[in-house]
Amino acid sequence: MDIQLWTYILVGLSFVIYIGIAIWSRAASTGDFYIAGGRVHPIANGMATAADWMSAASFISMAGLIAFMGYDGAVYLMGWTGGYVLLALLLAPYLRKFGKFTVPDFIGDRYYSDVARTVAVICAIIVSCTYVAGQMRGVGVVFARFLEVSVDAGVYIGMGIVFFYAVLGGMKGITYTQVAQYCILIFAYMVPALFISFQLTGSFIPQIGFGSTLADGSGTYLLEKLNQLNTELGFAEYTAGTKSMIDVFAITLALMIGTAGLPHVIVRFFTVPKVRDARKSVGYALLFIAILYTTAPAIASFARVNMIETVSDREYSEVPAWFTNWEKTGLITYNEKNLDGKIQYVADEDANELIIDHDIMVLANPEIANLPNWVIGLVVAGGLAAALSTAAGLLLVISTSISRDLIKKQINPDISEKAELAWARVAAGGAVLVAGYFGINPPGFVAATVALAFGLAAASFFPAIILGIFDKRMNREGAISGMVAGIMLMLFYMIKYKLGGFGGGGPEGWWFGISPEGFGAVAAAVNMIVAIIISRLTSEPPEEIGLMIENIRYPGGTKG
Amino acid sequence: MGKEDKMKKYWRANLKYVGILMGIWFLVSYGFGILWVEQLNEIRLGGFKIGFWFAQQGSIYAFVILIFIYIWLMNRLDIEYGVYED
Repeated sequence: MDIQLWTYILVGLSFVIYIGIAIWSRAASTGDFYIAGGRVHPIANGMATAADWMSAASFISMAGLIAFMGYDGAVYLMGWTGGYVLLALLLAPYLRKFGKFTVPDFIGDRYYSDVARTVAVICAIIVSCTYVAGQMRGVGVVFARFLEVSVDAGVYIGMGIVFFYAVLGGMKGITYTQVAQYCILIFAYMVPALFISFQLTGSFIPQIGFGSTLADGSGTYLLEKLNQLNTELGFAEYTAGTKSMIDVFAITLALMIGTAGLPHVIVRFFTVPKVRDARKSVGYALLFIAILYTTAPAIASFARVNMIETVSDREYSEVPAWFTNWEKTGLITYNEKNLDGKIQYVADEDANELIIDHDIMVLANPEIANLPNWVIGLVVAGGLAAALSTAAGLLLVISTSISRDLIKKQINPDISEKAELAWARVAAGGAVLVAGYFGINPPGFVAATVALAFGLAAASFFPAIILGIFDKRMNREGAISGMVAGIMLMLFYMIKYKLGGFGGGGPEGWWFGISPEGFGAVAAAVNMIVAIIISRLTSEPPEEIGLMIENIRYPGGTKG
Repeated sequence: MGKEDKMKKYWRANLKYVGILMGIWFLVSYGFGILWVEQLNEIRLGGFKIGFWFAQQGSIYAFVILIFIYIWLMNRLDIEYGVYED
């Protein structure tokens, strides 16, 4: 069977599973809709969190990015996993004990202030909207490449599927669909990885193959070979990287605390029955994520060796079929410069003739390694699972922010549960439309907005929640001024150095040599410092807040 | 021992665990993977330079292990202080 037929079968099958689960797990109450009734098993929640967290970017783009960044790729690997340690040790158990539905709930209650709640709602919506646009776009691109429909049609199909299970099932439907999506995406990621690792190094386990010798009998280690190839072509050594140490440090830190502050991740730990289940499900989530995240750098190195060996200095007329196939999509561009008919892939931009989009490393991997057609279909289904699961999680945050944090908590507190649930569904439906709109008309600054989403989460939520739990003296005035200071500074830096506003500026103008991607770490620190100083200058929080903090610090009594 | 004292001790024990584990978290990622990566890269294990390995593999394994150690420590603490939920 050909690739296209396999892709239709496997993608179709996965969609049938998602819709089946959605019908089976309809939400009956707001509790079901917001937190799946608080009855999700920690292992299931771990899987759902992993699928929620691993987006189209993790599945499709990350290995390719690392292949081109070498050592510097560690900022993503450590940054997007280390945040789970913060979640397990500093956030999840206490937020579970707090026992409400959303992050703005916690901020609003802990800081006894609707202003704080509103600031949190706005942040949650901005962060989630910027993030979800990229996911819908990812769905469209995958459809366009493999199923020969336009990107727009792909986005519509994706919207239809997400609409169905997010609106019908809320968190309950999303959770169980995400469990299925995790299984599909991890299987799809690992199968080609195992084969390619075996072909290249003789070891089926990519994490081991990564540090092994090549299977060509030369006795050279894979990474040595890669350093050698990189140096010959004029790139930095693969294991060395090019970013400054302080920037690597800052980006890693910003991504870690950003991860721990993302509302769609945090809300997942409201769905388990007990405090200790919250800790446990963070552990399982990271375990499931680590399977992909420790494989990705191995795939990156395999793909880079394969790619250089297959195309570098080869006659253009002799390249394999996958090369010309991807050339048609514009993701590989070849531009003969010295007219010798050979492909020069080198660091020097004037002599380089080949540009490879990092997104295709994972998608083209099975073709590069000559794997059977069904593996390619599987990778497509996996990429869609990754994008859809993340999109659904984000849509839920947006709809909950509107129906609960705005309507129920501020505009109309007397609303009946039935009406609130109806609002939640309407908001989810509206959010799907907005996400689809941005998927079809992507804002020109998508790359900047993802960095912005992490930066804002780091600069706003993380310090406010941590201080709310660990610093009893923290009060309304401190938290609000800290959040506002953090967000403003983050926005200013991002607009100045990423989008060219306020006079713009390049790397030479960066404060302390820290890039906009890493600036979230600085903004978070500023948030904390401002919050602590202001809180000490203003009055203590009311007595009942002290009791509330005492209460969330110990497990017990979360039933109900 | 009153309930309040007991809970204060529980919280202090928790903070101690968190402090130690966060120290290790910092050491394996920011320490081994970033600050001392060049020094550690002088040492090799198979095809890996150790600093590079910590940055792209080892720190992630350590994160998973750290969380499961915390789970185990806290379950023990919960039982000891009678706040284990069933």
